[in-house]
Amino acid sequence: MSALASNTTRFLADADALAREIADGASIGLPPDYSLVAMDVVRALVRRKAKDLKLIGVPQLGLCADLLIGAGCVREIETSAVTLGEAGLAPRFTAAAETKSLRIIDATCPMVHSGLQATEKGVPFMPMRGVLGSDLVGRHPDWKTIDNPFAEGDPLLLAKAIVPDVALFHARWADEAGNVWVGRRKELATIAHASKACYVTYEELYKGDMLEDELLAPGCISSVYVSAVAPAPRGAWPLGVPLVYGIDDAHLLRYAQMAKSDAGFRQYLQEFVWNATTPKSSSPASSRA
Amino acid sequence: MERYHPEELLACVIARLIGDARHVAIGAASPIPATGAFLLKHKVPALRISLLARRVGNPFTEGSRELFDLAGQGRIDVFFLGGAQIDGAANINLVEAEGRRFPGSFGSAYMYFSAGKTILFREEHSPRVLVKKVEFVSAPGWSPPEVQRRGGPAALLTSKALFRWQKEERRFLLESVHPGSSAADVRANTGFAYDAPAQVPATPVPSAAEIGLLRGPVAQVIAENYPAFARKVWGAASSPQAT
Repeated sequence: MSALASNTTRFLADADALAREIADGASIGLPPDYSLVAMDVVRALVRRKAKDLKLIGVPQLGLCADLLIGAGCVREIETSAVTLGEAGLAPRFTAAAETKSLRIIDATCPMVHSGLQATEKGVPFMPMRGVLGSDLVGRHPDWKTIDNPFAEGDPLLLAKAIVPDVALFHARWADEAGNVWVGRRKELATIAHASKACYVTYEELYKGDMLEDELLAPGCISSVYVSAVAPAPRGAWPLGVPLVYGIDDAHLLRYAQMAKSDAGFRQYLQEFVWNATTPKSSSPASSRA
Repeated sequence: MERYHPEELLACVIARLIGDARHVAIGAASPIPATGAFLLKHKVPALRISLLARRVGNPFTEGSRELFDLAGQGRIDVFFLGGAQIDGAANINLVEAEGRRFPGSFGSAYMYFSAGKTILFREEHSPRVLVKKVEFVSAPGWSPPEVQRRGGPAALLTSKALFRWQKEERRFLLESVHPGSSAADVRANTGFAYDAPAQVPATPVPSAAEIGLLRGPVAQVIAENYPAFARKVWGAASSPQAT
């Protein structure tokens, strides 16, 4: 029996239960701030004092990475960038990078996507154009240049297949069959397909089986990929779920301010992570999702 | 003369640089390029603008990899890149400089090759940004002939000046200087060598019609996607909640 096959998605109690499934040392494929981040699980990972995680940004990372790095949960990060968008630099990532307390593997977006797509197809690498001549190439341990075997004098770059231990994200719905709906956020499907295990929090439970609905099915990730789900209403906060709640821009600015110093970051954790009497509902979305 | 914000002048330059492109893609954290593109769309309604940062009605349905697939096929005519450092060979550095860490290279190392042309844009015009040689090449301005490359640099726009890229010479040419700066000021604040004509023209200022569009319909669409930028330039009246 394959270790990958998932015939029965497990339904867990909450984000904390999901976070307990993610082992110390695991590599985790994570989406950017605009793409359904499972922030409740990220906060739960901080609370359970997860250690030595490797974060893989698909293709870049934001608040979730900054929180985990600041809280000391991360050993290594592979990503095209870490940014808080309009709120500016990710302060804990920046501090960790500048004090060299974090191993950083710098990538570029399409090489991450291609590495995951190689795993989707069960092949060892994917060839790509561009990138050659960038200093990224020499530093990245898993990229190699070859000559196009079908043409003369045409160097190509290979992205080695990326296999995260865990895919982690948030969904608009999970249904009773264990399928999850992420709409147009297809990078989440790529992460789910490529990862050994996939953990998803959801806004609401959908009665029935979404794959039976021709309009919903194209936005779904089939339960065959989903190891376990757990309910997390407003679970992406302070990030958003389109048409449900927007990105809380004011909160992101506040985070960026507080996390500039280690002491401020500790205070942020105290207020918004350790004391889970969560103020999510008192921080209304300041913009549309 | 019509009073204008510096960002509005830059947006007008961007609109001219986009020119007759059919499809322009704009990455996150690029509100001025986005403003320029939406300004141009009022003159050229057929222009397709793919705004990666769009929170609702985002142009992509295949996830964030679709941008790169589009570019790889040659379906993106114009893209924008910046840099913590940009050098005289049009190399850009988005990773690290002078001991400081920046967010990272994003898709630059791919888009610089695959978009039809790239407009380099950085507001800060100083010797610490415009350097002789970048400390880290996120994306190179030039590739040897055996490396297939569809596009590359077309221009470099800053808060002081517009440079045109000369592909054969592999050097920038100072094309115009914005009001408030001068050829000498640009020379003093640029760390790399470049060509310049004896008389450097002034960058045209926005027309009354352009300002009307920028502060009206363009400000509205920008505020939906870059709220902090819109508030900074056009004030609270541009915020989506106020409409």
